[in-house]
Amino acid sequence: MVQKERFEKIKSDFPIFKRKIHTDQKLVYLDSAATSQKPEKMIQAMDDFYRNSNANIHRGIHELAEEATGLYEDARLRIARFLKVEDARQIIFTRNTTESINLVAKAWGSTFLQKNDLILLTRLEHHSNLVPWYMLKEAKDLRISFIEITSSGELDLVQYAALLEQKPKLVAFTHMSNVTGTINPAQMITKMAHDAGAMVLIDGAQSAPHFPVNLTEIDADFFAFSAHKMCGPTGIGVLFGKYALLEQMPAFLGGGDMIRKVTFEGFSANAIPYRFEAGTPSIAEGVGFGAAIDYLESVGMGAIAEHEQELTRYTMKVLGDEKGITIVGPDAEKRGGVVSFSMDGIHPHDVAQILDSDGIAVRAGHHCAMPLHQHLNLPATTRASFYLYNSIDDIDALVRGLAKVRKVFA
Amino acid sequence: MDDLYREQILDHYKNPRQKGQINPSDHSFEDENPLCGDFLHIDLKTDDQGVITDAKFEGHGCAISMASADLLLESLIGKTMDDTKKLSKQDILEMLGIELSPVRLKCALLSLKVTKAAAYDLKEADDDLME
Repeated sequence: MVQKERFEKIKSDFPIFKRKIHTDQKLVYLDSAATSQKPEKMIQAMDDFYRNSNANIHRGIHELAEEATGLYEDARLRIARFLKVEDARQIIFTRNTTESINLVAKAWGSTFLQKNDLILLTRLEHHSNLVPWYMLKEAKDLRISFIEITSSGELDLVQYAALLEQKPKLVAFTHMSNVTGTINPAQMITKMAHDAGAMVLIDGAQSAPHFPVNLTEIDADFFAFSAHKMCGPTGIGVLFGKYALLEQMPAFLGGGDMIRKVTFEGFSANAIPYRFEAGTPSIAEGVGFGAAIDYLESVGMGAIAEHEQELTRYTMKVLGDEKGITIVGPDAEKRGGVVSFSMDGIHPHDVAQILDSDGIAVRAGHHCAMPLHQHLNLPATTRASFYLYNSIDDIDALVRGLAKVRKVFA
Repeated sequence: MDDLYREQILDHYKNPRQKGQINPSDHSFEDENPLCGDFLHIDLKTDDQGVITDAKFEGHGCAISMASADLLLESLIGKTMDDTKKLSKQDILEMLGIELSPVRLKCALLSLKVTKAAAYDLKEADDDLME
């Protein structure tokens, strides 16, 4: 009950909900899988950094520089703790999930993969966990195979087991699909890959924000995610990598901060994690990310997951009862807070446009997963995605909005 | 929104006048807008003087893209191929009579791109045709 009351008040933690859409409409934000809204506490932490602590980090012997470095490095520690990672040196700051995956493809893939080596991906992946591997495939003449999905949008683990017999070098998969909402059994997939001698990269862009993730238990070699989908700022993300692997990898980008020593003849690379953090990083964003983690932990990741599960169950029930609506993906119990659907005879762009006129923000299109939509024989879908600040009222507004869509196109 | 989905647009979307195929056609072209999944194929029939005697389309997409195709092809009958080549973005916007955001502009202009590519008998269309 205490928890229920807490969630009823959460919208007031996010200043954006004070504004109106199209002059007088309340904002019903159902697009958190694209990016989340930002709590006052995170915005304040960044504002406070620029007002009171701003300096460059890892250099400069002055109070501000030391303070800024402390704040930035403290965020790294908090992120490590958030993911149950013991050694915070394994947390590398990047720009976003996409850059994290590219870092692995470039620094690990280009170094350790040879011609004809096999990479396994899944049919659920979005573009950022496809294109870096396609590029690596072309550069190194590799092979890529796909783990298939069942009709309900879950990974086919029997077919996966068969693919593992071909001894892939890497299995890269999404922890949670941004289209079907499917939560993949990350620990089991990782264990199977390791038993077959393959490395594992998990795209955690949709998982880290929405439910507790324990990287020690999952045991993945790499895990990538972004701050902006979890109440943090844009422009900063994380790559987790196991220390022993990171140590063997060459630098990714060259510049300041990633070097130990530079001469006119060459350079020697810095220690982990700095080797992979060339140039002045997004310092205020790092501080904001730390504040976002604090905020999420103050609510509780388990509680957030439960709240989203309740919203998802409710949405699937009410939309499932509507005629002419087809929901993509598995049952509520097997998915996170994402519900993509199609409406008979009405294009998702038209659905989204009419919903927008009532202040309801959803995503329409292929959600950066064009191949998956082709695979499901859908040109596009409309997607409602939830976060801690959503309520049953938001879903009811969506249902009323969809009734209006149907009326316009009747 | 009420403006965007005004009666004329919804009417052309729900009851298209020019839907279908012309076989054989004199000029045809098809293209897609991969970002939205919209697809459009058009056929044009012309007489000896290059006057368009019939124009048909097949496709799928949002109301704006489909209504735009239907309105455009309807307006082309009786016009010449030269008129078609001279069509501009402004003509489409005036024909639709609605204000469009940059994203929805792409929906509205797919028909322009495909029609001009057909008029020029191009093998591949580029976005310059939407200007």
